[in-house]
Amino acid sequence: MATFPEREPVEDIGLDETIKKLTPERIEKTILKVLNEESAARLKVYVNTCVHCGLCSNACHFYNSHDGDVKYAPVSKVKDTLWEMIRKKGRVDGEFIRKASRIAFTECNVCRRCSMYCPFGIDLAYLILTVRRICHLLGVVPQYLQDTVNSHAATLNQMWVKPDEWIDTLQWQEEEQLDEVVGARIPLDREGAEIMYSVIGPEPKFLPQLIGHMDQIMTVAGMSWTVPSLDGWDNSNMAMYSGDFEIMARVERKHYDKALELKVKKIVMGECGHAFRGAAYDGPKWLGWLRPPVPLIHAVEFYYDLIHSGRLKIVKKYEEPITLQDPCNIVRGKGLGNKLRYIMNATCSDFRDVEPRFEHNYCCCAGGGVINCGPPWKTTRVNGNRVKAEQFRATEAKVIVTPCHNCHSGIEDIVSNYKLDMHVKFFCEILVECIEIPESLKV
Amino acid sequence: MGEQQNWDWEVGERLVTDLAEWKKAFSDVYDEVVSPDGEKMGAIVKGEEGLTCCVNGSAWEQTYEKVYSVKFSPDNRLTAITMADDEWTTVVDGAPWEQTYEYVWNLRFAGRGGAIAVQTKGDDGYGICLDGKAWEAGFLQIRDYVLSPDGRRAACSVQTKELAEGDIFGFLEGGWSVAVDGKPWDRNFLNVWGLAFSADGAKVAAEVRLESTVYSIAVDGKPWDASYGCVWEPCFDPKNGQVLAPVKIESGWILACDGKDLWGRSFGQLWRPVFSPDGSRTAAIVSPSFGRWTMAVEGQAWNATFGDAVTDPVFSPDGRRLAAIVKDKNRWTIGVDGAAWGETFDMVWRPVFTPNAKRVLAKVERNGKFALALDGRVVSGEYDGLYDPVIGPEGDRVLVKALDGGKFYRRVLRLGDL
Repeated sequence: MATFPEREPVEDIGLDETIKKLTPERIEKTILKVLNEESAARLKVYVNTCVHCGLCSNACHFYNSHDGDVKYAPVSKVKDTLWEMIRKKGRVDGEFIRKASRIAFTECNVCRRCSMYCPFGIDLAYLILTVRRICHLLGVVPQYLQDTVNSHAATLNQMWVKPDEWIDTLQWQEEEQLDEVVGARIPLDREGAEIMYSVIGPEPKFLPQLIGHMDQIMTVAGMSWTVPSLDGWDNSNMAMYSGDFEIMARVERKHYDKALELKVKKIVMGECGHAFRGAAYDGPKWLGWLRPPVPLIHAVEFYYDLIHSGRLKIVKKYEEPITLQDPCNIVRGKGLGNKLRYIMNATCSDFRDVEPRFEHNYCCCAGGGVINCGPPWKTTRVNGNRVKAEQFRATEAKVIVTPCHNCHSGIEDIVSNYKLDMHVKFFCEILVECIEIPESLKV
Repeated sequence: MGEQQNWDWEVGERLVTDLAEWKKAFSDVYDEVVSPDGEKMGAIVKGEEGLTCCVNGSAWEQTYEKVYSVKFSPDNRLTAITMADDEWTTVVDGAPWEQTYEYVWNLRFAGRGGAIAVQTKGDDGYGICLDGKAWEAGFLQIRDYVLSPDGRRAACSVQTKELAEGDIFGFLEGGWSVAVDGKPWDRNFLNVWGLAFSADGAKVAAEVRLESTVYSIAVDGKPWDASYGCVWEPCFDPKNGQVLAPVKIESGWILACDGKDLWGRSFGQLWRPVFSPDGSRTAAIVSPSFGRWTMAVEGQAWNATFGDAVTDPVFSPDGRRLAAIVKDKNRWTIGVDGAAWGETFDMVWRPVFTPNAKRVLAKVERNGKFALALDGRVVSGEYDGLYDPVIGPEGDRVLVKALDGGKFYRRVLRLGDL
């Protein structure tokens, strides 16, 4: 029987310092509150249904990347955290909470691949999110993730972006695009536009050119669109992953309030998977909406509509060998795999698909808030996804398209660590190279 | 809305301006807006010298490198935020405010006097400039702000303590407060949101976060004795100055008044409480069951519920009736006193009651064209653009501000003819 190394110690004040303030009474009370009042029937069904068969193991990129180390099997992660809390009726100590927090936040991307391998379809990610909820209520959350959630709370965006910085970035990107395309204006707060475009906080902070690309795409496609100048523009939501559902709900409510106020027919969001999950499912559900009050469309679906309808004409194809990542929250979660391949094939002459693919594709290992746990946990994250590197290497592609910010950043780390000699791009970067700019719009 | 009785309420139609003429004079015309009285159309225009604003075809003298946030004030003055030589300011009817800033945003109006306010970033930090007068002290950061009903005061959520990157423990000590006319409350909180002034402008209430998982409502810096798992925006009772806010307790969401359960019942969700004009009745948007939305008046929910959303509740002037925008199966309409209009639309705007409360008017959109609907029936022609309708002070006429074939018309119609 193979033996596997113990986990390496990792310092994180979000776990190490916070457990010092816990008391047995507080831990017990918090766990029982979540188990009995917040989770209730759904949790009981899952716990009572699981037959401990372990078939979920081979679904997990952590398990596979660690050569079958059982401690990374999804069922083990639940067994070592939630089951123990249930078995002991909440009477666990601070050290246990630290370990549970480490497992729940840094060794599971809540990607839901394991649910497909479970004979009963148990949503193991939900069980891990329940652990995270308990950890949040106890204040034991990795430092960098908590800091991101603090930004959501204070600024209603993920990156502490100040209001003037946001508008200034939009105006700067508009200026850049006006040099490229006639009329490439980014309309701020235009009431009654067809589309409200929303992005995630890292775009104005680190990747403003993506906003510029969307400006160009909207202009060439002749869309009626607007961007909010005030809070509500950020659709991302790390509070969903830290277990702070109250802040999660506040962020989502602001996003939809803004869309309702602007009287748009739909929201198109940039290329981000977790943001789609938060805005389409988890946020609305907590707030009481069965579905978003304003229809929400991920960028991949929007690009598909534009290309398929002929609103955007593809006049040139991207020639380098190219592959892609299926972001879990839009492919496994929403079923956009076919549309994603449609737009890849429409724009790329040498598209090399991955195996496994679609909903069976591996997670990037960055999503689910894992990359937001920051530098202390980068090694855990990168070592936990060797299978992803092997998968990409097999395609012999030179470029990887990742229509998700977490996938993008996480896969850049995979590419670097496993020396894949590949570049990582968002789809909009490919699209703006391939579309026809009509003569009337040429500067 | 200024002095509506002084507006032209003569029945008839006038061509106010023809945008085709503007487009001959300027290379670009965008962000068109219309004055509340319908006498003026304004827009940002681009000429050879740069960007500026134009009203009824006449451009302001000064041009700028950047112009945005162009709006008419309630008393019909065209206002915009502009930048020239890297200095930002506010321009009202072509006259710039004296003070300039590194950046200016979030232009707002309030009060019958037509108060104008913006948020600013200057050398000494962030603040508010109200009618050209800036707050004395700058803050590290500011977020949302509100103006008092008379437009004389401003309150804003402000960051009062520097927070190093990643300082999760410093965050828990609280570094946010509310500044009223530039002076922060004595107490800090983890977070502050949802500010509201009392009707007389003397008090300010806000949602506050006391601990990571503990929320409450603070009035003039003092939190309620009660705390909750979550809260939404508070508002003041115009009648007695009491503070109401939706708060989350174990059984769901309730409407709390100064920390006490006002209606004696909970809902799956509850937000946006509103008062009748005389303050005698209270209503709020509620979710009586998961995925269903409606209005509750004095705690009693309408029987009709809607699957997508309910927004913009409006009491009639006499407080007896209530209307709101409702949405079901991705179709919009108006709900009045518990019953939705039979017709549905691609979009509807905030409903307006006649002064006698008998009729409800709303702007609606269908197939990309705009019209007016009265009591559920489309009663106007279809226009390319339509701005908020205004019912005259006598209640017998409606001002229709419409864009048709690139021409902006001001029409006054008899309500009885619709």
